[in-house]
Amino acid sequence: MKELSPVPPDALAVETHDLRKEFVRKDRDRGKRRVAALERVTLAIARGECVAILGQNGSGKSTLVRLLSTLLLPDGGSARVFGYDVVREDKAVRRLVNRVSVEASFFKKMSPSENLHYAARFYGMTPSETSEQIPAILERVGFPPDRRTEPMENLSRGMQQKVALARALLTSPVLLLLDEPTTGLDPRSKLEVQDFVREMRSVHDSTILLCTHDLAEAEKLAERVGILDRGRLLALEPAADLKGRFGADTLEEAFFAATGRGFEDEEDELDAEERKVLA
Amino acid sequence: MREKPSVSQAEAWHPRNSLLELKHELIGLAGVVERNVYLTRRYIYWDLAFFVWTVANTLTIVFIAKGIEASGGEIDVDRATTTLLIGAVVWAYLGIIFEFLTETVAWERWEGTIEYTFMAPLSRAMHLGGSGVFAVLYGLVRAILLFAVVAAFFGLQFDDANFAAALVILIVASVSFFGIGMMTAVLPLISPEKGAQLGFVAQGMLLVVSGVYYPVEVLPGWMQWLATISPATYALDGIRASILDGASLGSLWHDIWPLLIIGAACIPLGLAIFNRGEVYAKRHGKLKRSG
Repeated sequence: MKELSPVPPDALAVETHDLRKEFVRKDRDRGKRRVAALERVTLAIARGECVAILGQNGSGKSTLVRLLSTLLLPDGGSARVFGYDVVREDKAVRRLVNRVSVEASFFKKMSPSENLHYAARFYGMTPSETSEQIPAILERVGFPPDRRTEPMENLSRGMQQKVALARALLTSPVLLLLDEPTTGLDPRSKLEVQDFVREMRSVHDSTILLCTHDLAEAEKLAERVGILDRGRLLALEPAADLKGRFGADTLEEAFFAATGRGFEDEEDELDAEERKVLA
Repeated sequence: MREKPSVSQAEAWHPRNSLLELKHELIGLAGVVERNVYLTRRYIYWDLAFFVWTVANTLTIVFIAKGIEASGGEIDVDRATTTLLIGAVVWAYLGIIFEFLTETVAWERWEGTIEYTFMAPLSRAMHLGGSGVFAVLYGLVRAILLFAVVAAFFGLQFDDANFAAALVILIVASVSFFGIGMMTAVLPLISPEKGAQLGFVAQGMLLVVSGVYYPVEVLPGWMQWLATISPATYALDGIRASILDGASLGSLWHDIWPLLIIGAACIPLGLAIFNRGEVYAKRHGKLKRSG
């Protein structure tokens, strides 16, 4: 097998060049055709940085996250995570990445503790390691000790999301991909998730890519904010620069100026579009 | 809390550090077994219900021997009953193996965990291997219980039976069944809606050419040829010989060596087919939750 070169200490956490992904769309009237979910996306994220990507449903945010987490293969361009190519060196990438998405995604009949044991084994953690660490991590994310053995299906969405955060924390990802982690959460749970993101950066030195609908959240947490619209990355710069460039007082206004559309406009239409395109 | 991995530690997963890599892989394999233990515990009453259904289904088949006698046919009823029982038990066993392997993808997709599992740093061989190991252990327990319950129901006697040899044959055959199961496990990756059901088609096709309730010799020529490359043919033949006639392992070598060869071919072939399916799913965006 090919030997990997040592990772350069100054390797970028994420680096994409002309990254492209298309999906086949079947349409009764127009037949089968290819629709771009990402179009020639080029970006770089430094180690330890937090970057937020804003975009409506169907803009390509989840596709970008799935490409970086090796769940999709690109149709063009390249993507590297800490210097490792996501296609050719996918296993090395998977060791470094974890993800928290809008859906908590667990075995519903299993308890939080059982789900975490299962997830941790895939990262090589032994039973003695997990027996010690899982209670500590659940405590850290504010999960009540008396509910650790209840089936996940009995837990609220906010509670389930805490277990999802614990799952990400357990494997100590160097790159954390957050795909709308606070969507649908109550304000208190939302703040807890945001605190978690800050802790991942300050204590664990993680690099974070945050895909979100929440403009205030993006502005609060990220050093740079990107606008992804219909698969194209229109901008990626500090929120203040973004607002300055478009002469906007708020990120929402800047988003509107960049895309020609409001954040909530056409959401239903694009949602339907996404379901067709990404199905 | 776990020590923070550095970027260079990613290289610990590279084959250069093969012992550590193997250790991590085996822990991952054990994790899949552990998860299936948790789930089996949670669904234990459903499993009992399905076991009752399997017993009832087996009885409908095994009663055929008594039916032939009652219709005036001259047969050794106990021998025919045992022959049918072995066929039904192997059918049920194969069903469990295929079900667990096919559900490796289908269940995870239904629960929504599929993306987390497939983005974890575990090789697909160990991931599927974990499902296979649990399926064989669980399947053996169910097969032994099914055989015992139905045999007791009919009051069958096995004075000369060599159960140890039968068990060895079933375990050796399981390697091939596991390989074929990996091929069926790819189906839900390609077709999230209907793929899992196609596993049953593979199970039926395999057993129909293997003499599940009848001698292979009664099949048309082309099906007899297929029987020679089906591991179930040798499994059924060897198990019947050991239970009905008390055949020793030594005398069953003509069944064992084809099973070893088919097993050696099926595992890499199954893995290669699954890997092709995974690439297809990643290319077309099918590696995601449904519902």
